[in-house]
Amino acid sequence: MSRYSRHIVLEEIGPLGQQKLARAKVLVIGAGGLGCPALQYLAAAGIGTIGIVDFDVVEESNLQRQILFGASSLGTNKAIAAKTRLEDLNPLINIVAFAEKLTPHNALDLFATFDLIIDGTDNFATRYLINDAAILTDKPVVFGAIYKFEGQLTVFNYKGGPSYRCLFATPPKAGSVANCSEVGVLGVLPGIIGSMQANEAIKIILELDQVLSGKMLCYDAKTTESHHLKIVKSESEIETVLARKHKFTAFDYEAFCGLTIPEISAAAAVQLKNVLFVDVRELTEKPEVTLPNCVQIPLGDLNNHLSKFKADQHSVLFCQTGVRSKLAVQQLIEHKIEKCFSLIGGAESLLNYTTITK
Amino acid sequence: MNITIKYFGLLAEIAKRSDETITFTKTTVSELLEVLYEKYPELKEKDFQVAQNLEIVPKDAVLTEADIALLPPFSGG
Repeated sequence: MSRYSRHIVLEEIGPLGQQKLARAKVLVIGAGGLGCPALQYLAAAGIGTIGIVDFDVVEESNLQRQILFGASSLGTNKAIAAKTRLEDLNPLINIVAFAEKLTPHNALDLFATFDLIIDGTDNFATRYLINDAAILTDKPVVFGAIYKFEGQLTVFNYKGGPSYRCLFATPPKAGSVANCSEVGVLGVLPGIIGSMQANEAIKIILELDQVLSGKMLCYDAKTTESHHLKIVKSESEIETVLARKHKFTAFDYEAFCGLTIPEISAAAAVQLKNVLFVDVRELTEKPEVTLPNCVQIPLGDLNNHLSKFKADQHSVLFCQTGVRSKLAVQQLIEHKIEKCFSLIGGAESLLNYTTITK
Repeated sequence: MNITIKYFGLLAEIAKRSDETITFTKTTVSELLEVLYEKYPELKEKDFQVAQNLEIVPKDAVLTEADIALLPPFSGG
């Protein structure tokens, strides 16, 4: 097939290697700065099945580095927008979009159906979640992370090699490491690191030697210098993750990383002065809440309505049970919106309370 | 002995340099960190790993090599 002819003539790949790529199943978590270039090369290389996990929507400020997206993708889900672009790039492969957040509840089932995981996420909570789920499902993780002009690359959990926790056993204090939206990032940097993640994934699939396991590549785009730092495996860190398997879904990775979402009870919420209640459920969900100071903004649409959150007002977000509203508050916090709370108990508790107080 | 220290990421911003050479008279990694905390108090607030001769080592490791690097976790993607 002429599409892959430049691969097939390579001694290290050949027709058999190309078949390995076609049979491979790769899950990419995060279709952002790292995920976009990784996905682009994986799709072009003919990886047979590619899964994409991302709950976020494309914003204009993403376009400086998230190269699968253009003006027409603004406001759409990243996993779905990436799939649309990649299906044009290579219609011969199977691309599955998961427009949802990776959580302890979906991670193990999702990982089990793929051969290897690419970590292209932008927060510590998800990185520890990926690490633990990969240990429990025995999948290698191609890890990439960036800061301004510098990138880190390695492969964790590969053939008994070290894991993320062997290097960083505990997450840094919340807020001590800034993310791209706060401090900026050179657009081409995730392009370089994400492409290298695709390269390591392809090496693993082709069963080539010298996969970047047990050492971290530290790359500096300013100086074009790189260092390889050797990482030693910690059996006890891996044992701890394995021993917690039965409690995996109950582990709160956000709390572990110091990200506790502000919550409020209905009793306290109705006492707040200058408060906006925000229903983040889908528009058709019951029970209906009709308060004068209540608006409906479904969770998936939240990023398009950030201007509704004023600095001088409290915002109380609610859903059915209090799970989606926590995700919503987390999104608002990421956008530097203050004085927002997730309502404990969801719509029902708010209705109970407002009925009693009438 | 003279020790060369390489700072990655935000640690380089705190030290206002990407590397430097200092004279060190004690023995362990944690003793070296005490010297650096004194010099750059903000470092104390940060989490990082220490590499000696390009290999991550525990904080109680004895310094045998003059080549040290301080590696913080990055979260960006």
